[in-house]
Amino acid sequence: MAGSGRAHLRPEDETLLRVEHLNVEFPVGGGRVVYAVSGISFDIAKGETLGLVGESGCGKSTTGRAILQLPRPTSGSVVLNGVDLMELDGEGMREKRTDLQMIFQDPISSLNPRRTVGEVVAEPLQVWGPHDEDKQWDIVADMLEAVGIDPGVARYKRPHEFSGGQCQRISIARALVLEPELIICDEPVSALDVSVQAQILNLLEDLKAEYGLTLVFIAHDLAVVKNISDRVAVMYLGKMCEISETDEMYANPAHPYTQLLLESIPEPDPLAVLDDRAEIEGELPSPLAPPSGCRFRTRCPYADETCARVEPQMRRVSEDHYVACHHPLVPVDETEVQIDV
Amino acid sequence: MSERATGTAGNEPFLVVEDLKTHFTVPAGTVKAVDGVSLELRRGQTLGIVGESGSGKTVLSRSIMRLNIGGNVHTTGSVRYDGRELIGLKAKEMQSIWGLEMAMVFQDPMTSLNPVVKVGRQLTEHLRFHLNVSKSEARQTAIELLRSVKIPEPETRIDNYPHEMSGGMRQRVCIAIALACGPRVLFADEPTTALDVTVQHQILNLLATQQKERFMSMIMVTHDLGVVAGRADEIIVMYAGKVVEKAPTATLFAEMKHPYTEALLRSIPKIAQPKHSRLSAILGRPPDLINPPPGCSFAPRCPYAQQRCHEEKPVLSPGSTPGHQFACHFPVGTPEAREAFDRNLAAGLPVTLAAAGDSKVSDDDLVTSAGGA
Ligand SMILES: Nc1ncnc2c1ncn2[C@@H]1O[C@H](COP(=O)(O)OP(=O)(O)OP(=O)(O)O)[C@@H](O)[C@H]1O
Ligand SMILES: Nc1ncnc2c1ncn2[C@@H]1O[C@H](COP(=O)(O)OP(=O)(O)O)[C@@H](O)[C@H]1O
Ligand code: SF4
Ligand code: SF4
Ligand SMILES: [Mg+2]
Ligand SMILES: [Mg+2]
Repeated sequence: MAGSGRAHLRPEDETLLRVEHLNVEFPVGGGRVVYAVSGISFDIAKGETLGLVGESGCGKSTTGRAILQLPRPTSGSVVLNGVDLMELDGEGMREKRTDLQMIFQDPISSLNPRRTVGEVVAEPLQVWGPHDEDKQWDIVADMLEAVGIDPGVARYKRPHEFSGGQCQRISIARALVLEPELIICDEPVSALDVSVQAQILNLLEDLKAEYGLTLVFIAHDLAVVKNISDRVAVMYLGKMCEISETDEMYANPAHPYTQLLLESIPEPDPLAVLDDRAEIEGELPSPLAPPSGCRFRTRCPYADETCARVEPQMRRVSEDHYVACHHPLVPVDETEVQIDV
Repeated sequence: MSERATGTAGNEPFLVVEDLKTHFTVPAGTVKAVDGVSLELRRGQTLGIVGESGSGKTVLSRSIMRLNIGGNVHTTGSVRYDGRELIGLKAKEMQSIWGLEMAMVFQDPMTSLNPVVKVGRQLTEHLRFHLNVSKSEARQTAIELLRSVKIPEPETRIDNYPHEMSGGMRQRVCIAIALACGPRVLFADEPTTALDVTVQHQILNLLATQQKERFMSMIMVTHDLGVVAGRADEIIVMYAGKVVEKAPTATLFAEMKHPYTEALLRSIPKIAQPKHSRLSAILGRPPDLINPPPGCSFAPRCPYAQQRCHEEKPVLSPGSTPGHQFACHFPVGTPEAREAFDRNLAAGLPVTLAAAGDSKVSDDDLVTSAGGA
């Protein structure tokens, strides 16, 4: 939030995906515009899991979908393996779709109820895979096996005959059949009971090790995100507040918003002190008219006149830890300020 | 929290529930949604009720409040409020209890608010129905109530329709309505499940301050052990309509004895653990409440289950710490339990493998493996 800037980006040859100055705006009639995502930049290295956190409506899903060009972002660049997806035409983008897959929150309704599990998982192969049906089934069976679903049992069953957790395993299998470069997981465990959530998180970790998957993992649960992510980016009202290696961010949050988020987590520990923890005041401002300067300033306990006037840029806190705030909670490297135009 | 309400001499329980059973008659048979639950509540005390979806938490709290309306319900047992038996009372006789003595806040504020009526009128109607106050008095009280639940500018917000408010504000209105007549017990059924973590934190703090100020008791229903950990004096863990473990909060976390409680806690990622920590998962789903398993109802999913568990129902019995009860043949932490776990692991029992963090076993594997090693 508060911030723009690209000080946190790594050299391009070390990353798989690089997103710069991403803007997504939705016209909503009457000349009004929802500023859903405003000028954010980030990158992901191969084999890495980037967690995206923030309150409902802050632009997590919009960011994830913007990578897939669904819909086309208003401006910015989305470079995957050296190719800017923003510059591809419809046909070019269609070819790239094999490299990008998505997994959604509601596993049951995201699978076609009229098709068998065998067909659902084979679907991406119909368009892009081998045309031979036996070869397709071999791939599908391997993938179902890999996600812990018995291919023989599942092949002719329909998705609604499976539990929510099993449907999520099936969606993961479908996302994997084309061996994509990047998988966007949008709240993949938010609709599941805690018992099942643990199964899916363990599974994603194992698949990542086995297939070298690169993931964007979107969730509002900070403990879940910490468990699965190598790096975490915190969003607020369409802006990126802080991005860091995971354990470092949770140990030393530099952004006031990150700190308030972390303090809000109900911890399964009866000795956790509750009463003296700060609580975030007020309501989320409208994305139709975001505050000037730092977008978090209307709720920030440290806001001053500069915050209302100047948008904070990303600055380096430590190795792989960056924050966009004029008054960060931990000292930043002042020399690395980089002003964007 | 132990000093907060427990161990208060002279503070006798005013709500006593004994062997409460709520069964629903459906075409396929009898759904034993609540099956023999007993509990007590004292003034100022917070009781947490925890369990997975379908474990009977909502039916239990509605049964205590006598809110189960419908022809297919059969409730037995006893609910005594100030010594008065509520089971058997008619809805008309409950009017003197609802709102005035017991009130409820639900998970989804939209379902308890009328979308086409201004929130102010919903509050004042409630006040005028229960208390003998004039229109202008009711409006003044309503504004004060909205202020007490920290709604900004209550004088103007009172004329909002629910859809003009955020989810968190709507839940504040529901809390204001629940508090309006100064109930002695507040039931909160997943009051924050539909809300963001920051709003959840605000609402839980609000409930806690209101409770303290009013010296009210609270029954907090949730699937999230984290929500009740720092806030409840006592926790009841429910599984398949029954209490499987019950203890003062600190005792429950320090000495949990039931494998289901342990499994619930160990499956949650914790903020204190480093990234990529392995989680312990629970396979399968809660049992069919029409034909529950003959022995322990958790046996098909329990990593410790042995033959005895499939045959003999464990009964809720006291542990060594006062107030601690659990129903299990192989309580967590005992040498017998460790042996049972290792035996199941060696035999490749899927539920035990999943508890140990194996991600490739899934619910499919449960079909082929019945029973302990
Ligand atoms: N009117 C009814 N008729 C038949 N069965 C019912 C009825 N109401 C509830 N049940 C069943 O009773 C059981 C317990 O339901 P309950 O709503 O109490 O669960 P819960 O623990 O509150 O779950 P959740 O976490 O999903 O809210 C479930 O199996 C449910 O399907
Ligand atoms: N198609 C759309 N038209 C108008 N506004 C939209 C559209 N999609 C998303 N938004 C708005 O953009 C903002 C970000 O939304 P979203 O990315 O879904 O948030 P998150 O996933 O973080 O909850 C919200 O204010 C949302 O209401
Ligand atoms: S201190 Fe200023 S810049 Fe930093 S988060 Fe607060 S308002 Fe934004
Ligand atoms: S050990 Fe046996 S009695 Fe105890 S919970 Fe497991 S199955 Fe039930
Ligand atoms: Mg979203
Ligand atoms: Mg419920």
